[in-house]
Amino acid sequence: MSGQNPLLEVRHLRVEFPTRRGTLVALDDVSFTISAGEVLGVVGESGAGKSMTGAAIIGLLEPPGRIAAGEIRLDGERIDNLRYEDMRRIRGKDIGAIFQDPLTTLNPLYTVGRQLAETMTTHLPITPAEARKRAIGWLDLVGIPAAAQRIDSYPHEFSGGMRQRVVIALALCAEPRLIVADEPTTALDVSIQAQIIALLKSLAREKGTAMMLVTHDMGVIAETADRVAVMYAGRIAEIGPVRNVVKQASHPYTVGLMGSIPPLDRRVERLAQIDGAMPRLSAIPKGCAYNPRCPKAFARCSQDRPDLLPAGPTQAACWLYAGEGAGNG
Amino acid sequence: MFAFIISRILQALPVMLTVALISFAMFAYVGDPVAIMLGQDFTEAQRQALVKDLGLDQPFWVQFGTFLGNAVQGEFGLSYRLSRPVSDLIAERAPATLELAFTAAILALLIGVPLGVYTGLYRNSWLSRFFLTFSLVGVSLPTFLIGILLILVFAVWLGVLPSFGRGDTVKLGWWSTGFLTWTGIKALVLPSITLGLFQLTLIMRLVRAEMLEVLRADYIKFARARGLPNRAVHFGHALKNTLVPVITIVGLQLGAIIAFAIVTETVFQWPGMGLLFIQSVNQADIPVMAAYLLLISALFVTINLIVDLLYYAVDPRLRIGRGQGAH
Amino acid sequence: MAATLRRFFDSDLWWSFTRSPITMLSAVVALICILGALFAPWLAPHNPFDLASLNLLDAFKPPSWTEEGERAYLLGTDDQGRDVLSAIMYGARVSLLVGLSATLFATTLGVTLGLLAGYLGGKLDALLMRICDVQLTFPSILVALLIDGVVRAALPREVHDQIALFVVIFAIGISEWPKFARTVRGSTMVERNKEYVQAARVIGVAPPRIMLSHVLPNVMGPVLVIATLNLGLAILSEATLSFLGVGVPATQPSLGTLIRIGNDFLFSGEWWITIFPGITLIAMVLSVNLLGDWLRDALNPKLR
Repeated sequence: MSGQNPLLEVRHLRVEFPTRRGTLVALDDVSFTISAGEVLGVVGESGAGKSMTGAAIIGLLEPPGRIAAGEIRLDGERIDNLRYEDMRRIRGKDIGAIFQDPLTTLNPLYTVGRQLAETMTTHLPITPAEARKRAIGWLDLVGIPAAAQRIDSYPHEFSGGMRQRVVIALALCAEPRLIVADEPTTALDVSIQAQIIALLKSLAREKGTAMMLVTHDMGVIAETADRVAVMYAGRIAEIGPVRNVVKQASHPYTVGLMGSIPPLDRRVERLAQIDGAMPRLSAIPKGCAYNPRCPKAFARCSQDRPDLLPAGPTQAACWLYAGEGAGNG
Repeated sequence: MFAFIISRILQALPVMLTVALISFAMFAYVGDPVAIMLGQDFTEAQRQALVKDLGLDQPFWVQFGTFLGNAVQGEFGLSYRLSRPVSDLIAERAPATLELAFTAAILALLIGVPLGVYTGLYRNSWLSRFFLTFSLVGVSLPTFLIGILLILVFAVWLGVLPSFGRGDTVKLGWWSTGFLTWTGIKALVLPSITLGLFQLTLIMRLVRAEMLEVLRADYIKFARARGLPNRAVHFGHALKNTLVPVITIVGLQLGAIIAFAIVTETVFQWPGMGLLFIQSVNQADIPVMAAYLLLISALFVTINLIVDLLYYAVDPRLRIGRGQGAH
Repeated sequence: MAATLRRFFDSDLWWSFTRSPITMLSAVVALICILGALFAPWLAPHNPFDLASLNLLDAFKPPSWTEEGERAYLLGTDDQGRDVLSAIMYGARVSLLVGLSATLFATTLGVTLGLLAGYLGGKLDALLMRICDVQLTFPSILVALLIDGVVRAALPREVHDQIALFVVIFAIGISEWPKFARTVRGSTMVERNKEYVQAARVIGVAPPRIMLSHVLPNVMGPVLVIATLNLGLAILSEATLSFLGVGVPATQPSLGTLIRIGNDFLFSGEWWITIFPGITLIAMVLSVNLLGDWLRDALNPKLR
């Protein structure tokens, strides 16, 4: 499997928002792959472009946002330029999606059973009776007690955590090969978050589903993801195996990000913090977008924009590794 | 379900009582009914007798009670202007107004709702822009001008439709209907378009606004992310959620149709309650005004009750009785 | 001042204005209506209220471009020989005056009560909102009609004619205030709980000052939109009341009065007496509504 075509391949993806004061570049030259069964974590501050990347992959960018350059391939086939109807057949069937707030993602006027059944009958050649039977099975699988009775309940009759379980069932019920999970636990109580993540992880493993897990919670990434991509101002700053990124980050931004997480194994006087704030999309500095905040910036950083360069076990978009990259390449 | 209806009726009661109080206050304190009924020449004894007769010497609350009791039995006294029982006058004219309002409401709903859905879904198509422009002209045109223009074109210039009256009517018991004769139906065309057009455009604009609001909702985006066909997303998920606010709007608009019937009836000399009411306002005929006010309120309260019941049918969140049903 | 102007011309509002030809056109039409009405005594070719200048021989002249038309009367004359164009200009004056005053009245009343209800809450809030609920169930034209009818019944005819204009303004204003109160109350409740208002309260700023200087500016956007859209509605309400014969007195004919008078002659073919005031009314209301629509969209970025 591995080494062949990756399941999802995003290459040089650029997303633009035309506005009256010029075009905003929300995503710039974003490239990564996800292999079958792999979990890719995507982290970054709000507005870094994490959710935007997910929306672009499922083909549901909010207008006027549009893909201006680059391509997205699923199993080697381009899906970024499909007609709406063709992309629709892929959504739900090949790529499932989980949204942030379970309180608003379920239609309040339909029973959960109906929402599950309509998703399955849309994508799978099964009868409504069969769909209902499977819906009960899915509710049971995601841990809803007394699934056979709860299937005719409306979303408001479930708690927030239970609703997110329903959303997970909805995302998985047509057995997609990839799940785009956009901050699936952010809106939930802290006590529920771990349960939902554990559920997602075990289901993905069990069904062999690959996952793109968008979150700003490094803890979640560390325990769930195989690889992680760190995004900053619409670009990928660093990407690599999760252990390396967490323990020995290469990009100064990742280093700062990791330094701001309180470690559990030792006492620290003071957490590291990164000075300044991420730039607005309308005012991204020349050169490396991080250079004004970067403690290690040098002349070149404010001139040229770095691409992803090999930096030990990970890849980092940072001129510190220019020499290493040249040596290897 | 039953408890729900009861609670809604109980909530409507204070409204009805308030309106009744206003009607009664008009009745009792505006103008001097005794002077109006006695005319020019009268003796003090005659006046005293009439005051006693009308119960005007009783305390306020007793008078109000008597008024309420009479009102419940459909008894509103004599019209100052026509010297006939108000209840008779209204019973004679109610069918004309109700048939007109009914036709106009059906017209407004059957055209307004689909147009609203269409313009909401395809908001950038040229047809949508056309409908939207048309609707803006519609809400800017006063009802009476629409009527006048229609009369000018179809009655004066083309001469194909009548410009006033109900045409021939058929008696069904005490109800006189214009639905059963050709002239009756022809007479209904211009007034119902006049009355319905404003509401049609209003309903269309409001349905469109609701549709746009719902289409932005997360569950619509999620429905798309699940790969549901557009048909299911638009006419299933979106339309059903639009229904809840639209039902309220339509309920309110039905009330407005009854009110604007006053204008339409004036333009077309339509022999309904509205024409009776406006003549009463002109002549300060308080008993008729009070009765009309009470009757209209009862009608509105009934419409609101029906709206609540429809809510109940559409929105499962209300059935638990847990809350407001708001998003 | 110059800086304020520059800021205005650089704003999103001005930008969206210049991008919408329909909006600019309606602004021009609205401006023509307002100026024509405002300066009617100086601009109008005749004085329709000067009885000495009226000549019954001039009655029922059609518009000047038709065969029997006369150059002196561009849009023809009515049954009493009055110049229709001049009557329209004077009529628009009354229509605008009533519309603006009623809207101002409704805005002031609604904003004040809405602020109080939203800021103070409690029993006052419950009571005011209950009144709003009940009143909103009734179409505003019906409320206005009733108020007008009651005043008419309560006062002798001569007194009523003198204050009829105020009665109409009051009746229309009263029938429209709940919309403002509702909106302002909602925004006020949101603003009241924001930190800067909390902070102002903590440092002891008096409630009236908090309401005026902190809360009010933040609710003015939606109020402006409702007020503009409401102006069109108020003008229509006045025209409707006058058409029904219960609005402004006959001595101060508004556009609605002119249409009612002309309506009597529609069947005999003198269409211009009705149609030209009608077109003016439509142009006025349509342009105001278009401006209101644009304002709503421009101030509500969600819809863009």
